[in-house]
Amino acid sequence: MSAPYAKLPAWADYGLIPLVNLAVAFIVAGLVVLLVGENPFRAAVILVEGAFGRGQGIAYTLFYATTFIFSGLSVAVAFHCGLFNIGGEGQGYIAGLGIAIVCLSLDSVLPWYLLFPIAIAAAALFGALWALIPAWLQAKRGSHIVITTIMFNFIAASIMVYMLVDVIKPVGAMAPQTRNFLDGAQLPKLNWLIELFGFAKIRSAPFNISFILALVMAWLVWLLIWRTKLGYEMRTYGFSPKAARYAGISETRIILVTMMISGALSGMMALNPTMGDQHNVALDFVSGAGFVGIAVALMGRSHPVGIVLASILFGMLYQGGAELSFEMPNISRDMIVIIQGLVILFAGALEHMFRPAIQALFASLSPKSVGMAEAGKGA
Amino acid sequence: MDFFNVAVQTLDSTIRLSVPLLLACLAGLYSERSGIFDIGLEGKMLAGAFASAAAASVFHSAWIGLGMGILISVALALVHGFASITHRGNQIVSGVAINFVAAGSTIILGQAWFQQGGRTPALAPGERFEAIVFPGADAIRDVPIIGPIYSELISGHSLLVYIAFLAVPFTWWVLFRTRFGLRLRAVGENPAAVDTAGISVEWLRYRAVICTGILTGIAGAYLAMVQNAGFVKDMTAGKGFIALAALIFAKWKPVNAMFACLLFGFLDAIAIRLQGSPLPVIGKVPVQFMQALPYVLTVVLLAGFIGKAIPPRAGGVPYVKER
Repeated sequence: MSAPYAKLPAWADYGLIPLVNLAVAFIVAGLVVLLVGENPFRAAVILVEGAFGRGQGIAYTLFYATTFIFSGLSVAVAFHCGLFNIGGEGQGYIAGLGIAIVCLSLDSVLPWYLLFPIAIAAAALFGALWALIPAWLQAKRGSHIVITTIMFNFIAASIMVYMLVDVIKPVGAMAPQTRNFLDGAQLPKLNWLIELFGFAKIRSAPFNISFILALVMAWLVWLLIWRTKLGYEMRTYGFSPKAARYAGISETRIILVTMMISGALSGMMALNPTMGDQHNVALDFVSGAGFVGIAVALMGRSHPVGIVLASILFGMLYQGGAELSFEMPNISRDMIVIIQGLVILFAGALEHMFRPAIQALFASLSPKSVGMAEAGKGA
Repeated sequence: MDFFNVAVQTLDSTIRLSVPLLLACLAGLYSERSGIFDIGLEGKMLAGAFASAAAASVFHSAWIGLGMGILISVALALVHGFASITHRGNQIVSGVAINFVAAGSTIILGQAWFQQGGRTPALAPGERFEAIVFPGADAIRDVPIIGPIYSELISGHSLLVYIAFLAVPFTWWVLFRTRFGLRLRAVGENPAAVDTAGISVEWLRYRAVICTGILTGIAGAYLAMVQNAGFVKDMTAGKGFIALAALIFAKWKPVNAMFACLLFGFLDAIAIRLQGSPLPVIGKVPVQFMQALPYVLTVVLLAGFIGKAIPPRAGGVPYVKER
């Protein structure tokens, strides 16, 4: 297959085009706001103020962002290997089971700093194992990983409903959730970090230590993808499975390992809402964060730095969206779902829509920048 | 006799539950046979349901509702086509995007236009598709065996149910007995060959996704105007994905698709019927197990443990003309 598009300078490729795509997504979202009968500019101001205006808002923004960093990294790792892990939602949900087992059995015995590593391991393990089955089926039986991971989301949901309603729920309780975790399984808050910057005292925001874990994971993913042999093999396989096979990279191994890493990252996403915020494992606690990861990874172009930035943007949408729904009752938080969809559409599926136009623009401004003057020299 | 009545009732609800699956499954069949993967069936169905319920309640006409449902669903299908055919984007990503846009906008617009928490106003009898009673259905109702089968199972459904089941032989005929169908299947297997023959790959695929849009629109209209009397938020509840599972289960063949959808509809009907009451021999089966069964079966089938499901060869790959 011939390469459909010519090269652009790196800053246009990684900066300009994503920004243009994002801008179009928000313009279309603005049209929806207009359709609802509200002023999109006022909505945008309320949204940004709600997310960054006060320390409380910032803490919530970063709290939401934490979860999205994990799910975004999970999708990105799989992307680098040419796999589309759409099952982050299910992997995170199942990881809740691992967290529940660890926390319910150890929270009266261990302090949080000993329990947290065990919970991380359990969440990662459960997530990884839930991703392992689709990975194995893809590698060994040739079934399409997108379809199997979608199916596994539904299967995970059924299992968790069964576990929470019929098995884990305390006797006599009505709500389908575990008992509340004791102090040992409650993560310390990081709100003081924001107060350091001179914001007023934050009363109650669930911004917690797992944010640090998310940043560490982002760094580790960068290290893995661009600085290790395994990462090189993953990228090779993602770029051309044929070339990878020719180079002697084991297809089965690379698919299994990548998907397990991806699943482990999705699993860790469950730490933030359970141990960091609600202090229990409840029905449907993931609430779509796994899918936000797809938008985040696409927007961040699968690079950890981009993912962290995109996660903060989505955290802003979640927190600001909550404020917005107070001010404009017609715009509930479901507006975020639309924006999410539009971002996935314009930054993902239609990412090349504006490329020809931008290329033509660059070519007319300076032919050199798109490699036209260097034709014949060889790339 | 009691067992017989229960069986007829269960089969009757099987038919009702499998109709939206069947329509969505056939919808996916057109698209995927032409080489365009579509995991946006769910979203198109949801948007179709909302549009049809909204239009039906505003214009007081079931037909305008159906038309509007089809229109909106086709519009979303064209967005999918625009992204994946014209701009050669990732088809999975585009499908995911459509699901989200539909899920969010139906709630936001529903709340803004009707102020009922994302619902549309309940449809009056004239604004829905009524049950069609076949001639003589009431007369022979009391005849043993044949009576209930004729008057409950065969007669007494809405028009859309019959359309859904007639769409099965029609789809078979289109795909395997017309020139359009032959080309559609060819473009899903080997687009380069179709292109060489001087036929536009893009236009063929666009026509395929339009067929998909029409059928998901009808599926949505069925949900909102026949199964329910109005739109409820997130009313598709994963049916688009079960339809996708059924499509794989049916190995991308129309008649198989009908049986797969009937099977999944039957599982659903059984799950509703049992609701915690114990089965003979096996004992009590958790409802969740029955709900997960279609997905589990699909995974097992995909893994090649019961026959092999081989998708159209060019599925998911955007076509680039060699230059």
